Amino acid sequence: MRFSFLSLLRQAFAGHRGWPEQWRSPEPKRVYDVVIVGGGGHGLAAAWYLASEFGIRDVAVLERGWIGSGNSGRNTTIVRSNYLLEESEALYDHSLKLWEGLSQALNYNVMFSPRGVMMLAHGHHDRVVLTRHLHANRLAGIDSEWLEPEAARAFCPGLNISSTIRYPIVGATLQRRGGVARHDAVVWGFARAASALGVDIVENCPVTGFLRNPDGSIAGVETGRGTIRAKRIGVSVAGHTSQVMDLAGLRMPLESYPLQALVSEPLKPVISCVVLSNTIHAYISQSDKGDLVIGAGTDQYVSYGQNGGPQITAHTLDAICELFPALRRVRMMRNWGGIVDNTVDRSPILGTTPIPGLYVNCGWGTGGFKATPGAGHLLAATIARGEPHPIAAPFSLDRFARGRLIDEAAAAAVAH
Amino acid sequence: MTGPFRARGGGRIDRSRILRFTFDGRAFTGHPGDTLASALTAAGVRLLARSFKYHRPRGLVSAGVDEPNALVTVIRDAGRTTPNLAATEVELYDGLKAISQNRWPSLRFDVSALNDLFAPLFVSGFYYKTFMWPKSFWAKLFEPVIRATAGFGRAPTAPDPDTYARVHDHCDVLVIGAGPAGLAAALAAAVAGAKVILCDQDPEFGGALLGDPTAKIDGRPADDWVAETVAALAETPRVRLLRRTAAFGWYQHGLVGLIEKVTDHLADPDPALPREVMHLVRARRVVLAAGAIERPLVFPDNDRPGVMTASAARCCLCRHGVAVGSRVVLFTAVDDAYHAAIELAAAGVIVERVVDLRPDGGPMTAAARAAGLAVETGATIDRVFGRTAVTAVEIGRIGADGRVAPGPTVACDVLLTSGGWTPSIHLFSQARGSVVWDETRGVFLPGRSVEPVRAAGACNGTAGLADCLDEGWAAGADAARTAGGGEVSPRRFVATGTSIAIGGFLGEVPHAGDPDRARAFVDFQHDVTAKDIRLAVREGFRSIEHVKRYTTTGMATDQGKTSNLNALAIAAEAAGKPIPEVGLTTFRRPWTPVSFGAFAGGNRGDLFDPIRPTPAHASAVGAGAVFEDVGQWKRARVFPRSGESEAAATTREVRTVRETVGLFDASTLGKLEIVGPDAATFLDRIYVDPLAKLAVGRCRYAVMTRDDGFVFDDGIVARLAPDRFHVTTTTGGAARVANLIEDFLQTEWPDLDVWATSVTEQWAVMALQGPKAREVLAPLVEGLDLSGAAFPHMSVAECRVAGVPARLFRVSFTGELGFEVNVPAGHGEALFRLLADRVAAVGGAPYGTDAMHVLRAEKGYLVVGQDTDGTLTPADVGLGRSVGRGKPDFVGKAGLARADLADPDRRGLVGLSVADPNVVLVEGAQLTADADPKPGTSALGFVTSAYFSPTLGRGIALAVVAGGRTRIGTTVHVPMPGGSIAATVVSPVFFDPEGRRLHV
Amino acid sequence: MLLVPCPWCGPRPEIEFVAAGEAGIARPAPDADPAALAEALYFRSNTKGLLAERWRHVHGCGRFFVAVRDTVSDRFAGSWPPGVPHPSPAELAAGEAER
Repeated sequence: MRFSFLSLLRQAFAGHRGWPEQWRSPEPKRVYDVVIVGGGGHGLAAAWYLASEFGIRDVAVLERGWIGSGNSGRNTTIVRSNYLLEESEALYDHSLKLWEGLSQALNYNVMFSPRGVMMLAHGHHDRVVLTRHLHANRLAGIDSEWLEPEAARAFCPGLNISSTIRYPIVGATLQRRGGVARHDAVVWGFARAASALGVDIVENCPVTGFLRNPDGSIAGVETGRGTIRAKRIGVSVAGHTSQVMDLAGLRMPLESYPLQALVSEPLKPVISCVVLSNTIHAYISQSDKGDLVIGAGTDQYVSYGQNGGPQITAHTLDAICELFPALRRVRMMRNWGGIVDNTVDRSPILGTTPIPGLYVNCGWGTGGFKATPGAGHLLAATIARGEPHPIAAPFSLDRFARGRLIDEAAAAAVAH
Repeated sequence: MTGPFRARGGGRIDRSRILRFTFDGRAFTGHPGDTLASALTAAGVRLLARSFKYHRPRGLVSAGVDEPNALVTVIRDAGRTTPNLAATEVELYDGLKAISQNRWPSLRFDVSALNDLFAPLFVSGFYYKTFMWPKSFWAKLFEPVIRATAGFGRAPTAPDPDTYARVHDHCDVLVIGAGPAGLAAALAAAVAGAKVILCDQDPEFGGALLGDPTAKIDGRPADDWVAETVAALAETPRVRLLRRTAAFGWYQHGLVGLIEKVTDHLADPDPALPREVMHLVRARRVVLAAGAIERPLVFPDNDRPGVMTASAARCCLCRHGVAVGSRVVLFTAVDDAYHAAIELAAAGVIVERVVDLRPDGGPMTAAARAAGLAVETGATIDRVFGRTAVTAVEIGRIGADGRVAPGPTVACDVLLTSGGWTPSIHLFSQARGSVVWDETRGVFLPGRSVEPVRAAGACNGTAGLADCLDEGWAAGADAARTAGGGEVSPRRFVATGTSIAIGGFLGEVPHAGDPDRARAFVDFQHDVTAKDIRLAVREGFRSIEHVKRYTTTGMATDQGKTSNLNALAIAAEAAGKPIPEVGLTTFRRPWTPVSFGAFAGGNRGDLFDPIRPTPAHASAVGAGAVFEDVGQWKRARVFPRSGESEAAATTREVRTVRETVGLFDASTLGKLEIVGPDAATFLDRIYVDPLAKLAVGRCRYAVMTRDDGFVFDDGIVARLAPDRFHVTTTTGGAARVANLIEDFLQTEWPDLDVWATSVTEQWAVMALQGPKAREVLAPLVEGLDLSGAAFPHMSVAECRVAGVPARLFRVSFTGELGFEVNVPAGHGEALFRLLADRVAAVGGAPYGTDAMHVLRAEKGYLVVGQDTDGTLTPADVGLGRSVGRGKPDFVGKAGLARADLADPDRRGLVGLSVADPNVVLVEGAQLTADADPKPGTSALGFVTSAYFSPTLGRGIALAVVAGGRTRIGTTVHVPMPGGSIAATVVSPVFFDPEGRRLHV
Repeated sequence: MLLVPCPWCGPRPEIEFVAAGEAGIARPAPDADPAALAEALYFRSNTKGLLAERWRHVHGCGRFFVAVRDTVSDRFAGSWPPGVPHPSPAELAAGEAER
C-alpha cells in the first residue's frame, strides 16, 4: 500500500487494520542472483538500488539479527558532504544528492532535514584547515560558506562565542544542504521499497561461511538458515567485516572500536542546526522529538562490547557545556555504543576483492550514516557492472598496498 | 493542614514546619519530607502534566524515579532552571517554584489537546507515511511544526552558574540500594572489615521498608532496624554512606558511576557546594540491591489523572502522610497491592471496591474481605470516566470464556492498579550480565556476568522480607570475602512484611473495549497504546527493538521502567511468539538521567583543558604579547605596541629580525635527550637522514617518517657528546615523537643501549635571530667563542650564559644569524628579560609566532602540519636528497620504496608568486589549471602558507601542487569568490637562496 | 574505563595508558614488497574474542607491554613484558575452555 496522507486517513477510519507488513519475511530461497550480507542501511540500500536501478531483483539481504540493529540505529544521524579530499567530496556529495529525494523515491518519510551543518574553528590552525575545506568544497561545487563568530551565533543561538573561553570560536563553515535524518526510517524505508520490488529480506540469518567454485570465485554462503548460492555477493557488515571476510579467508585493513553517542531528555527546540567541533570533540543536533543528539568519541582499543568508558562521554560533554553553557542542567537520558570499523586512512573501502564475485563495503568508521544511500548505490553499481563505479574506484581495497591512501584525517592534521 | 488530602497522622514528614511553594503560579504548602508530588497530591492537585503526543491530561503514576507522567520544570533563576524533573524526585524546599510543561496557554486549557481528537491519525509511525508531498514542505512547514510541538521542558536560557564535581573513589564492596537487602549486604561487608560504599537514590535509607508499615525485623518495627543499621554503618570507619545518590551506569571492570544530588533539595544552598557530585567508583565487588518496580495495568483510559500504582498510594501515605484520594478503587492482579487498600481504609479513606483480575483472587482476598472491603474477583476495568480527574470506573466481569461483560460503574476519585513487580536488573544488564527469563513468574532475572556483580533482594527476584535480608547478608559477606576482606558468619533474619509479587500480570488486561479503538496506554509519557504495539507487529516489526523504535515505547525519560515488560508481552502475543523469542530491549545507561554538568565536572573555563605557559610567559605578558593557542600551549603571537595594529606589529617585528635582532621564545618546542653508547645508531634509524656520523658539536635538521614513509615530524638533532644527543621536535608533535621513540627502543631494538628522556619542560629556549644576534649574546657567554669560524651555523655547545649553565645552538628558523639559548626552565623568565633589554638596546625587539611564520616562509622553511598534511613524503617537500637511502634500515625505508610514492605527478611543495605585490593569497585556497574552473574541477593543489613579506614588499605563498618543482615557471590559478588569481610557480625559497646571511 | 594490568605496576585505570595496536605484527623489513608492507602497516586481525595487543603505561612506568583481552567482554586474560614469550590467544582460549 502506498503511503500518503490519504491512505493514513482511510486507515484511521478502518482502525488501521489494513496496513500490510512493511517488508516480507520470506524463507530464503536456495539460489539468488545477488546476495547482500548485512541488513543495515547500506546493505538494504544496495539491494534496493540493484532492484530499482540495475534491474536485478533476484536479491536476498541476509541479516544476522534484526535489520538496522547495528550502526544504522546507533549513530547521530548527521548528513553532510563538506569533506576535504576530492575523492571524499565526490563520494559524500553523491550520497547527499540521493538523500535530497530519498523520501519520495522510497515513499517513506526518512525525515531528511537539511537544517545546516556548522563546523567550528577554534584558533588559527582550525581556520586554515576549514578554509581549505571551504575552497575545496566550492571548487567541487559543494555548498559551503564561512561564518564569522557573530554569524555563527546568529545561525545557532546559544553558541558561546566569547573570546575568553579556553578555545574561542574564531569562525565556522556552514553547509546549508547538510542536516540530519531519521536513522531507523532509512533502514525501514529501504527494506520496504526493496521488498516491494522482490528483494528477500531474511532476518535472523547469520552467515557462517562462503562457498567457492573450483576457480576460486564465489559460489554462495553458508548460513544459519541453510546454504544459499549466488555468484555475486556483497558484504556490508560494518563493525563485523573482519569476522565475515575472515570466513572467506581475507584479512582486512580494519580495526573495530566502540563509538559512544547519547541523547538528552526531550526539550523544546533549542539547537537549530548541526554543530560539529573536531578540535574539542563535540557533535550536537536536536532530533524532531526534541532530544539533543550528541556524538562522543571512540575508545582507543578494539572492542565489540558496544560499551565505552565514562571519560569518553565526559570529554564530549565538557565540550558541549563550553559551547552551550546553558545546557549544563540538561540531562543525559540514554547513552550507548556502536562498533565502528576504521581503516588507517579513515576512508571507506568499497569495491571488489581478490575473490571474483565477492564485493565489500566497509571501513566507514564514524561516518557511515551520511553515506547510506550513496554507499548502497555505489555497491549496487559495482556489483551490477562487475567493476568499481568511478566514484568508488579510489576507495579500493588495493589502495593500501599501493600507498594511495585517501587520508582525510591526516589532511586535516592538528599539528605545528 | 497542608492540603485536604493530608492524612491526620503518620508519614515521615516534619509537620511542625511549613514549606511554601508554587506550581504554575499557584501557592501551596507542604512539609519537610514531602516531594513536590506528595505535596501537590495533599493539596488535591491531580492534573500535573500533559503527555507528549496527544497532550492528554496526566497525573501521578508512581512515587519514584520511574514516574512517567509528572514531569515539571523547577526554576530558581534563568540559569538555574531544570526541565523534565519527575515531581516524585523533587524534594520540597521553602520557596520552590515549579511549572508544568508541554502545554499552552495553560495546563488546564491546552490548545494542543486537540491532537487527541486526531489520535486515530496519529498512530505509531504515522509520520513515516505522510508529509512527503509537496517535497519542499517537509523542511519548510511540517518539520518546524512537529519540532515546535515535540519536546517537553524548555532548556535554560542563561548559563548555569552552579558548579559540579567529579571524584574518583575505590572500595572493596559497593552496595547499590539501601533497602532491606542492601542494608543487610552493607552491614555484612562492614562487619567483615571491608571498605564499603552504600548508595541510595532516596534522601533516606530503608528502601521498601519505608513504605511498609507491616514490616517487622527481629521482632521489632523495621524502622528501628533501619535506624540501628544505618547508625552502625555510619560509625564503622571504612564505610561511606551516600544518600540522594543513584548508581546510573556500569562501565567496565567494576567501575560504576554514581550521581549524588547535593543542593537541589535545599532552599538556600551554600554557594560553595557543588550542585551534584559524580562519583566514579572502582569497586572490587558490587552488590546490586536495586529493588523492583511496580507495573501499572494496561486497560482503556488507564492514563487518567488519579489512576496510579498501589505502591505510589502506599508510599504517599506511609512516607508523606498523604491520602491520595477520598474514594478509592483498587484494580490488581497480585496480592501485595491489597495492603494499600487496607492501609488507606484504616486511614479513613473509603475503599469503594477491590477489583482482582484473578478468577479467585489470592491469599489476601479473604483478609481484605475480613477487613470489610468489597472485593470482586475475576473482574477488570473496562472504562475510566473523567478527563482531568477520575470520577468513576466501569467494572467488567470476565467470563469463563475470557469474554468481558460490562458490570457496575463505581464512582471514585482514585484508581489504584498493580500488575506486579519488575525486578530492576538495569545495572546487572549494563554489566553485561546475562538475563534469564523466568517462565513461571514472567520476569527477567539476573543470570551470570563477567563483571564482579551479584544481585540480591527484589532485583534478584526475591520477594519475602526475611529472604531479602538473608540474601543481602550473604551477598555482602561473599563480596567482602572475595574482595580480599575478612570473613563474617552467616546470619538469618527473623522478619515479616509485605511480600511483593515478582512477576504478575503482563500485557493488556481483558476488557470489553474494541481492541483496535480502545486506548489502553502502555508507555504513558510517549502515548503508546497497546493497539500501537499491535499495529507495529502487524506492519512486520517483530523484534522488540523494532517495536520499540517504531512505536517509541520505552524511549521516554523513564526509559520504560514501568512499561517495557507490558509492551513486550503485548508484542509477543500479537506476534504469536513466546516472550523470550521477541527479545528484551537493551538496558542502556543511565539508570536515571544525569546532567551534562555533572559529567563535565570542573572541566570548564580555564580548566577545560590544561594551559601550558612557557617559563617566560609572564615576561611576554609584560611585553604586551597577544597569545595564541597551539595545542595546550599559550604562545606569544605578536607584541603590538601602543596604538599599533597586529599587522603593523608583525611587519615591524619581521623587519627588526632582518635588520637588527629579534628575541623569540621557542620553549614550546619538544625536546628529547637521547643518551647511550648506541644513541647515534638509534637516531640514524629513527630519522630518514643519515645521522650516525654527525660530529660532536654539530646539529642537523632532520625529518622523521613512520614506516609508511610520510613526513611525521622534523627538528634539530644535536650531538653534545659521542653518546649524548639533544633532539627537538615540533611543538605539537612532542608527545607522539617521544612515544614513537620509546616504542622502537623498548620493543623493536631493545638490544640498543639507549635511554630517551623527554626534557621539553626542563629547558627554556630563547632564540636570538638577526644580524646583531652575536653582538647581543656574546658578552653573556662564558667558555665559548661565538665567532663564525669557531662556532659556525649548525653548531651546538654547552657553556654558561648569563652565569647559568646553558646549551647553545647556532641554528636559524629565520634565515638570519641565529642562536637558541637553552637554560634550565627556572631561569627562562630572567633570561627573557635580560635578553629583551639587551635586544632593545641595539634597536631590536621580541617577536611572536606571526613574524616567525613570515620569516620562515620567506626562506621556504616548512612547518610540519601546515605545509605538510600527513600525505607527503620527504621528497614531496623538497627534502628527498637528505634521505639516507644508503642506510641499511630506517623507519620509513620500506614505505618510501613504494612506486606510488615516487610518482613524478605527486604533489610537492613549491612557492607561488602573484604579479600584484599587494595580493596575499588565502591559506587553504585551491589551485587549478583553468582560470575559470567548472564545479567539480580537480584541484592541482592548495596554498599551505601565505603572508605579506615586508622583506620583499610583496605577498608570498607556499603551496603543494601536482608535479611539485617540475612545475616551476608555469602559471596556476587560484579560484576565489571574487574571481581567479593567476600565480606563477616558483622556488619556495624567496629570500637569500644562497644562505649568505646564515653563514656570518 | 578499563582496568589495564601493567606487568610492572599492576592494574591501573585506562586513562594512564595509550593503546598501541595489535601485538605480534612484525615491523616491515626494509626491503618489504608493497603487499608485505601493506600487511604489516594496515592489515589487522581485529579479532572478536581474545586478542593480543600492545599498551604503553605512558602516565606511569612508561613501558610498553603485551596484554591479551577478550574484545567482547573486555576481560584481560593476562599481560607480559615485551619480548617475553606468552601463550597465544588461541592457547589461552583453549585453556579457559578446559577450566
